[in-house]
Amino acid sequence: MISVPVNYYIILSAILFTIGVTGVLIRRNALIIFMSIELMLNASNLAIVAFSSAIKSFSGQIFVFFVIAVAAAEVAVGLALIVEIFKSKRSIDVDQMSSLKG
Amino acid sequence: MTLDLALFLVLALVAVATAIGMLLSQNAVYSALFLVLNFTTVAIFYLLLGAPFIAMSQITVYAGAIMVLFLFVIMLLGADALPKTQVLPWQRPLAIFLAVILAAEGTYLLVTKARPTGNILQPEVTVNTMDNLREMGIVLFNQYLLPFEVTSILLLVAMVGAITLNRREKRERKS
Repeated sequence: MISVPVNYYIILSAILFTIGVTGVLIRRNALIIFMSIELMLNASNLAIVAFSSAIKSFSGQIFVFFVIAVAAAEVAVGLALIVEIFKSKRSIDVDQMSSLKG
Repeated sequence: MTLDLALFLVLALVAVATAIGMLLSQNAVYSALFLVLNFTTVAIFYLLLGAPFIAMSQITVYAGAIMVLFLFVIMLLGADALPKTQVLPWQRPLAIFLAVILAAEGTYLLVTKARPTGNILQPEVTVNTMDNLREMGIVLFNQYLLPFEVTSILLLVAMVGAITLNRREKRERKS
């Protein structure tokens, strides 16, 4: 079924995941960090589907389906939290969320 | 073979470029739009890998629901006001030109590749969508029934949580 080697998909997935990690590390805007996390989830989903297609099994696709559902739940709660933080701090810069610092 | 590889490479280039654009863009709105493009590209990868159901879920849930939620929150916070838009002078003619080419291309393909009965020719290595969907449904509701139900409870909890987080603030303001 796959004419492109599965290795290529894994390499692409690794590149996308690395870009997501870099985004989490270098950006200070909480929304951008959240988007980078979504990018990382997508990269791992791509790897799962590629492997599942390589071994011709449906389990991987169903797992990705669950990951998408969990990501939707995560985004709903996470964005609600970001809105709350913005209401109390007037900022979503993660460097300013240091209320617990001694 | 070569065509598939070329398609993969072009799409991979788009995916990586949009991811880097998301990373480096100073405006959160642009980041979100780059990410929508990235998710759409990944959906096309799913189609190439023979997972049409996951591809459609990706587009409806990720590119549709999740990114609209992101854009909604970005607008709500208003932290990133759009800068003065600089209209590129050559942008509109180029867009019209490319749109005309795309329309001509699509029409040409539809006219030349259509059978006399009106059906589009199937590619040689075809993915039977209905089979994929049926197989997935059988596996999902037999082998993975419990995780499926747990997912529904998880979504309910997330919904209640998101609503509660915003209700509490209102009550505190009232009192």
